[in-house]
Amino acid sequence: MNKTRIRVLVGKPGLDGHDRGAKVIARALRDAGMEVIYSGLHQTPEQLVEAAIQEDVDLIGVSVLSGAHMTIFPRIKELLKEQNAEDILLMGGGTIPEEDIAELIEAGHVEALFTPGATTTEIVSWIRERVKSYE
Amino acid sequence: MNKDALDQWLARLFERDRRATAKLISWVEDDIQRAYIMRSVLKETGKQMVVGITGPPGAGKSSLVEALTTLYRSNNERVGIVAVDPSSPYSGGAILGDRIRMQAHGTDRDVFIRSMGTRGHLGGVTRSTSDILRILEGGGYGRLLLETVGVGQSELEIMQMADTVVVVLNPGTGDGIQAIKAGIMEVADVFVINKADLPGAERMKGDIEMMLNLSCDGLGWRPPVVLTSVTNGTGVETLFEKIEAHQTYMKTSGLRDERCKHRLRKQVWRHWEDKLQATFEDVWETAQQKLGDIEKEDPYEVAAALWAERFKGG
Repeated sequence: MNKTRIRVLVGKPGLDGHDRGAKVIARALRDAGMEVIYSGLHQTPEQLVEAAIQEDVDLIGVSVLSGAHMTIFPRIKELLKEQNAEDILLMGGGTIPEEDIAELIEAGHVEALFTPGATTTEIVSWIRERVKSYE
Repeated sequence: MNKDALDQWLARLFERDRRATAKLISWVEDDIQRAYIMRSVLKETGKQMVVGITGPPGAGKSSLVEALTTLYRSNNERVGIVAVDPSSPYSGGAILGDRIRMQAHGTDRDVFIRSMGTRGHLGGVTRSTSDILRILEGGGYGRLLLETVGVGQSELEIMQMADTVVVVLNPGTGDGIQAIKAGIMEVADVFVINKADLPGAERMKGDIEMMLNLSCDGLGWRPPVVLTSVTNGTGVETLFEKIEAHQTYMKTSGLRDERCKHRLRKQVWRHWEDKLQATFEDVWETAQQKLGDIEKEDPYEVAAALWAERFKGG
């Protein structure tokens, strides 16, 4: 099947209002030819998953700077499973300690995490690689 | 994808499965089995009327869509929304941000919001918008709302997709001459002056009413001018009532059939255009290598010659 556009939901769950990072990513993905649905601030995992389903995205990208990553990522994954939508990938970014990254990825709560210093090129090529490989 | 699998997705659509609704929309948008999907969908749909909301960027289209949706939901009606934002002419990517203004319905499964990029299509909507509205209808959403990209003066394709066209304007954005210009001001079935809490709303209403005095002959439908303020929550119920009144008028006057006929013609023509474009993209690939000095080529002659060559012998 020829998908013509990669679609990504970029969202900010929880209470932190620092959305510069999310906007930079949204813009970079736009410039890489992807359709980015921007959810805005203060989303619940339920809102993000419902939006991801209705928008039929390939991937959810979530920015977490509040320290709530150990709760938010597993919750989003769980909701995706409940909706039989595990095929939607989950990617995250933000200030997340290395030991937590290892734990989240090993447990399968998230497919990839990018921390400060990651380049947008790196993120774009990761998405292209993953979205292609499961098609 | 094989037809059996597709038929299963279509069956799930009619059982109101949200994932099937979303997937079928994507396939139609990506032109995968589009004609096959639409053949099934169109058999079951076409009864529900579409309300189109258009107007310049930042006028409050998404906020009005959210406010109307709240009213429909209070009557327990299911709402399907297509919201269009522009795609980049450079990368083809897009940032689709209309959901931000529709948070109130973010977890309501009886409201389906789908954001779309224009993907190079001009006119304020996308190539597949009208099909996608019908898929939403097939998925059991009885109220259909279409929000265009922020438009200027002449993105008028919404006329062919909506049964009721709502044009949203703001106070202080033009005088009486703007109001009598051709284009967007002519296609409105209902005018909304949103942000009516700002100064100049009454004056603008006056300008539009004056324009309507010149253009309406007293027969048929005269577009009402509604003042709304989504932040203060005023006027939205009046807007709701005017939309209802217009839809009743469309049905009883027979105008809906007129618009449907016009819509069909436009859609058929669009398919021909797409076909022609696809045909000549191939022709162009091979033909351009044979051309001589590019700067001296006459586009009229090249076009005529390639046309004749492609369609020779019938």
